[in-house]
Amino acid sequence: MLDRIHSIDARVRAYITLTPDLAMRQAAEADERLRHPDAPRLCGVPLALKDVLSTRNVKTTCGSKILGNFVPPFDATVVSMLRDAGAVTVGKTNMDEFAMGSSTENSGFFPTFNPWDLDRVPGGSSGGSAAAVAADECIAALGSDTGGSVRQPAALCGVVGMRPTYGRVSRYGLVAFASSLDQIGPITKDVTDCAILMQAISGHDALDSTSLQADVPDYESSLHADVAGLKVGLPREYMAAGVDEGVRGVVLKAIDRLTEAGMEIVDISLPHTEYALATYYVIAPAEASANLARYNGVKYGYFDPDSDGVEELMMNSRGTGFGAEVKRRIMLGTFALSSGYYDAYYLRAQKVRTLIKRDFDQAFESVDLIVTPTSPTVAFPVGEKVDDPISMYLSDVMTLPGPIAGIPGISVPCGFSQGLPVGLQFMAPPLGETVLLRAAHAYEQLAGVESATARKAV
Amino acid sequence: MLDSEVVEHVSRLARLTLSDEEKDKMRVELSKTLEHFRALSELDTSAIPPTAQVIPIENNMREDAVGDCLPKDDVLANAPRTRGDYIRVPAVLKAF
Repeated sequence: MLDRIHSIDARVRAYITLTPDLAMRQAAEADERLRHPDAPRLCGVPLALKDVLSTRNVKTTCGSKILGNFVPPFDATVVSMLRDAGAVTVGKTNMDEFAMGSSTENSGFFPTFNPWDLDRVPGGSSGGSAAAVAADECIAALGSDTGGSVRQPAALCGVVGMRPTYGRVSRYGLVAFASSLDQIGPITKDVTDCAILMQAISGHDALDSTSLQADVPDYESSLHADVAGLKVGLPREYMAAGVDEGVRGVVLKAIDRLTEAGMEIVDISLPHTEYALATYYVIAPAEASANLARYNGVKYGYFDPDSDGVEELMMNSRGTGFGAEVKRRIMLGTFALSSGYYDAYYLRAQKVRTLIKRDFDQAFESVDLIVTPTSPTVAFPVGEKVDDPISMYLSDVMTLPGPIAGIPGISVPCGFSQGLPVGLQFMAPPLGETVLLRAAHAYEQLAGVESATARKAV
Repeated sequence: MLDSEVVEHVSRLARLTLSDEEKDKMRVELSKTLEHFRALSELDTSAIPPTAQVIPIENNMREDAVGDCLPKDDVLANAPRTRGDYIRVPAVLKAF
């Protein structure tokens, strides 16, 4: 695996930090554990971690210059859980700075490239993790999803990505972006691997006060339950204008496949879908502006050595340390929370959040699942949207509503348009991960896992 | 279009130094984005309660018991400037 990384990562640029010594030590321990018949499920499996996850004694930058030298004194709960399960961690993957972006071009260090076409973006913000999985630079990876940052890059890189229910997976040690929306999720080569990783990282954690007490089902055995008779809603708002023709065609064909498996497709409506983008881009920046207040050049991270007085130190450290998109969102969020604008923006967005959540609650009274495209387009060329924030924000339009309602979602590869991967998204009610995995697995079995590695650019 | 005073005021609230060029750019981009948000005011939300979070957990309390803490040296190792067991910052109060 390390050889593979060394041979191609100069072109893909999926990793910010590689930890070969740690990986070799963990591999040696795994060899030892594998001698015993009760070796854990992930024993010896090389995984990658998005650089938003705190790793003890391993630099954790969150894709930002402001955390360029930050070495956490602790592991995120998910990182400890993976290590307990025997995983080998090979490195920390690239991302949009503070997970703000949809292309990984907002990384404070360098962009990552799509393994299917190196002139295109891998999606984001977990673009490094998705590219690493697609390019076989790890077996699987963890990402984080605030508005689509696991599912959208998974779709654009032709791999599987799951966003669990809010509260299913501990967020302790995940560098906070928007705390009411952030979730950690797996990016894998197939749905079975996704179930195995979900098993390893799910469960209650006393260190995260928003962690759910719910029991963790056996995800892997749930893959094989029958899908015949499942009712799958197709929301008309998600097939409306804005979806690329090629993507629409591939997705509709995939949806036909679902009926072959005995699922019943039902037309539904989620009437407040068109308001999700604005709702998200008020709430997420507002929460981010509060969460990112901690980067002020005092306790950790970049500091401006020439400042006179503590306030100037804070203002200048932040002004130099943060990149353009992060500054944009801090300003947007601070504005939306500021006196005189709070009611018109933040409070109103929270009310519309209620309406969006109700849309899903009502839909799930009559269907078991919802199916949509994951992204309105395939991977776009590097540089195409970087100077147009709104058009960049629109690439998450299919994945934003789920987090607003706190529901889980999964993206599975469902074919190609212009020679580039297309993703099919399923969404389910809270804690509906088992039915998501079941449906995604059934689709994968019918469609056949693409043996298309050779067609990739790398 | 937002006034440049608003941009100035918000950057001050956010404790974020912006260059003049950044301020001009921010004014244009924020105005465009806020324009997009105007859609939210089309909806009648007068009778709708706000949603701040989506899970049925409130006031998640724990025992008020002393537990393990992170080692002091490890935590201080990330601070740009320290003195002894303290984090050092420039003067908070200015001399008159």
